[in-house]
Amino acid sequence: MAKQKKGVRLEHISKIYQDPKTGKDFYAVKDTSLEIAPGSFVTLLGPSGCGKTTTLRMIAGFESPDEGEIYLGDEPINALTPNKRDTAMVFQSYALLPHYNIYDNVAYGLKLRKLDKTTIREKVTKILKLVGLEGMEARMTNQLSGGQQQRVALARALVLEPGVLLFDEPLSNLDAKLRVSMRTEIRRIQQEAGITAIYVTHDQSEAMALSDQIIIMEKGVVAQIGTPQEIYYHPASEFVADFIGEANFLRGKLTAKDGDNGTVTVEGTPVPVTGVAERQEGQDCTLVLRPESAVLADKGVLPCRVVLSCFMGAYQNYHVMVGDTLVKITDFNPKNKKIYQVGDAAYVDFDRENVHVL
Amino acid sequence: MASRQGASLDRKKLMADPIMVTTIVVLITFLTLFILYPLAVLLVDSVYSKDGGITLSIFQRIFGMSSFRTAITNTLKVGFTVGIFSTLIGLLFAYVEVYVKVRTKFMGGLFQVVSMLPVVSPPFVLSLSMIMLFGKAGIITRYILHIYDNSVYGFWGIAIVQTLTFFPVCYMMLKGLLKNIDPSLEEAARDMGASRFKVFASVTLPLILPGLGNAFLVTFIESIADFANPMIIGGSYDTLATTIYLQITGAYDKEGAAAMAVVLLTITLAMYLVQKYVLEKKTAATLTGKASRARMLIEDRSVTTPLTVACSAIALFVIIMYICVPFGALFNTWGYDFTLTTKWFVRVFQKYKGFKAFKDSFLLSLAAAPITALLSMIISYLVVKRKFRARGFIEFVSMLAMAVPGTVLGIGYIRGFVNGVFGTGFLQGIYGSAAILIIVFVVRSLPTGTRSGISALRQIDKSIEESAYDMGADSFTVFMTVTLPLIKDSFLSGLVTAFVRSITAISAIILLVTPQFLLITVQINEFAEKGSYGIACAFATILIAITYGSVLLMNLVTKYFGTSRKYKEVD
Repeated sequence: MAKQKKGVRLEHISKIYQDPKTGKDFYAVKDTSLEIAPGSFVTLLGPSGCGKTTTLRMIAGFESPDEGEIYLGDEPINALTPNKRDTAMVFQSYALLPHYNIYDNVAYGLKLRKLDKTTIREKVTKILKLVGLEGMEARMTNQLSGGQQQRVALARALVLEPGVLLFDEPLSNLDAKLRVSMRTEIRRIQQEAGITAIYVTHDQSEAMALSDQIIIMEKGVVAQIGTPQEIYYHPASEFVADFIGEANFLRGKLTAKDGDNGTVTVEGTPVPVTGVAERQEGQDCTLVLRPESAVLADKGVLPCRVVLSCFMGAYQNYHVMVGDTLVKITDFNPKNKKIYQVGDAAYVDFDRENVHVL
Repeated sequence: MASRQGASLDRKKLMADPIMVTTIVVLITFLTLFILYPLAVLLVDSVYSKDGGITLSIFQRIFGMSSFRTAITNTLKVGFTVGIFSTLIGLLFAYVEVYVKVRTKFMGGLFQVVSMLPVVSPPFVLSLSMIMLFGKAGIITRYILHIYDNSVYGFWGIAIVQTLTFFPVCYMMLKGLLKNIDPSLEEAARDMGASRFKVFASVTLPLILPGLGNAFLVTFIESIADFANPMIIGGSYDTLATTIYLQITGAYDKEGAAAMAVVLLTITLAMYLVQKYVLEKKTAATLTGKASRARMLIEDRSVTTPLTVACSAIALFVIIMYICVPFGALFNTWGYDFTLTTKWFVRVFQKYKGFKAFKDSFLLSLAAAPITALLSMIISYLVVKRKFRARGFIEFVSMLAMAVPGTVLGIGYIRGFVNGVFGTGFLQGIYGSAAILIIVFVVRSLPTGTRSGISALRQIDKSIEESAYDMGADSFTVFMTVTLPLIKDSFLSGLVTAFVRSITAISAIILLVTPQFLLITVQINEFAEKGSYGIACAFATILIAITYGSVLLMNLVTKYFGTSRKYKEVD
């Protein structure tokens, strides 16, 4: 549907703001370089204040980067105003024009492009069908539910057939259930329209469900770029590991090494690991262990003592102490398994493939 | 840190928008030429000696005049008194409206009338009725109290009239503040054992203290800038505004008047700066919260009875004062012969060119109103929604006009435009023309309009305009298709307010009007000064009818065509 899918390239982009309290300058976005492939769905993910929205608004043209250049396709767009950029944005508050009905909202951008009436009608009808709002053209925006407003906002952006579609936390005002169904919708529509999408969110499950690529940002800097799997299983830092999913961190030292495999000693106990080809023996390192990658057993890798044991239905939630380190374990489908009680001695058991070395 | 191309990119984006750039340039030129320049001319006038040097001798001369020194003390005394009383009465009304359970609809009506009256009436109407009620031939003094030599002229006359004129402004300001206090704060204090008075003194009052200061200063500025009331009821008690007027119209001392104007301006400006940059910020800081739910109104009779009685008494008094004016126009000779007559109205039209006066006032104000409304909406849009270097300048100067007394502006225009800009003859043609009168009307109403425009725009989510911009609209299209439709109500009320303010204006205009134009307010002032209260009242009555009619019309139009209320529910 898109006239032409476009990629987006950020080259050493920085944005500097002034702290209103101290009057000091700080980097909201610092030296960020990105390459977003045409037709892909990319999420900017991070806690609030990490610079993700600022980055998006720079791509849209509402903010001007203090350093660097932004390219849309091959065209540098730094000096272009938002109305001259081939981008369309879906706003967090939807930002529907309250004095127009659905039809006029969706047709607004087309009218500005001076298309003839029949073409406009065709396009609007088609797009409203795509987002599931056919027949509601005459409704005013304040007669719509949150989900419907969301669809109008999406239709209004899509109908312009932009090179890039921008989403600024579009689902954060919806309730939890609607959020889940809308994100599936958004993904479906993006795939059908075959459009490049950049999506800002602080919700990791949204990012996981939607994206081809996730860009994790921390304090204005890109912390990691990768597919959801790469980011989940091979986080580049403790921040990323902690931000995406839950993670246990075990501090240790690489004590033996044989090619890619090795042994890390944690709290005096040797733990078999893999993926240490680049590391030196004797180096300090941190092991990332996902709570669902390990189980409690009578025999295993790390000896521990149970401090919390809680039945959650789908899983048994354990907190155990390995030496002085708290480790969380979720043991799924516990119905026919041995349940450990608080105070029990046990072992944390996992394979070397399930632990990631930082 | 960094090369900072952001600012230059923003500039480039702005320059890519020619309509926007033109608008900004035109605005800056207008504000500079018609607000800053006249004030600058006054400053230059007052320190420029004939031999080309800079001198303080003019200031030495005017401060050497005992009449001027007295005028300063008088002005400050009146301003202080009026500020205090207006704030207190305003607080009383606001408190009763927000906190006290008022049983009757009648009270609600009274409150509405009281808040409306000063808006629709010419500023000096109360002076007229004060004289007619309490003067030598006053109904109350002469016929009820049998005092035959009561003098209303002087300090108390001005103070009472100004207080009654300005307290509704305080009432409206404080009402907004009180409504924003979260009731749970006071409930918490009450719950911990505080008495009702203790709650008021230890919670409510501290919270609105900056707001009270704000209200005080606003009235103070209004009071010392007021020209018409001291003129009519001041008698020999001169304030700065009247002294300046007499200095230029009576003594033809232009440099002296300019220097006096600078002194008056310095006082109002200082207060304005304190009000705007210290108190307003503090008010915002203490009252950020929104009321979480409705307040439990006070029903205790020992509280409600005295408060409502006090309010009703004041409100009724104000209403009687206003009603007095049309009656004044209907009696043969006020104070002596109470036969009903229409002779004053007849004379207004037959003898005193009433029709021309109404036509001139009406047309000039009608021309000024849309210009003012549109300008203030554009300024508000630029200030709230756009960022560019000159934004601060535009906001500051257009609000600055609020602190400039009409008399000062009038003198500034005379000095600035009689011989053209900087004496070059440029724009000399506007002096004495309708254009300069319209410009004065616009400048005088601009701050009010801009203020209401800014607050209306702040309520609109910024991303609504951004979304239109993002879909391909340029700034002009965004303004016309999104901003303006969304603030239609505010635009409409700005239109009417500007009209009403213009048609009732006098202080600046009386200095600039030339014989070819007859203005109602100037006529009222003239006849009131001469003691022809019948004629003055007849003029004033018709004027009130016009202004009240236009406000009613606006309410009607807003009710049927305004839609902003609907938008706000969306959120």
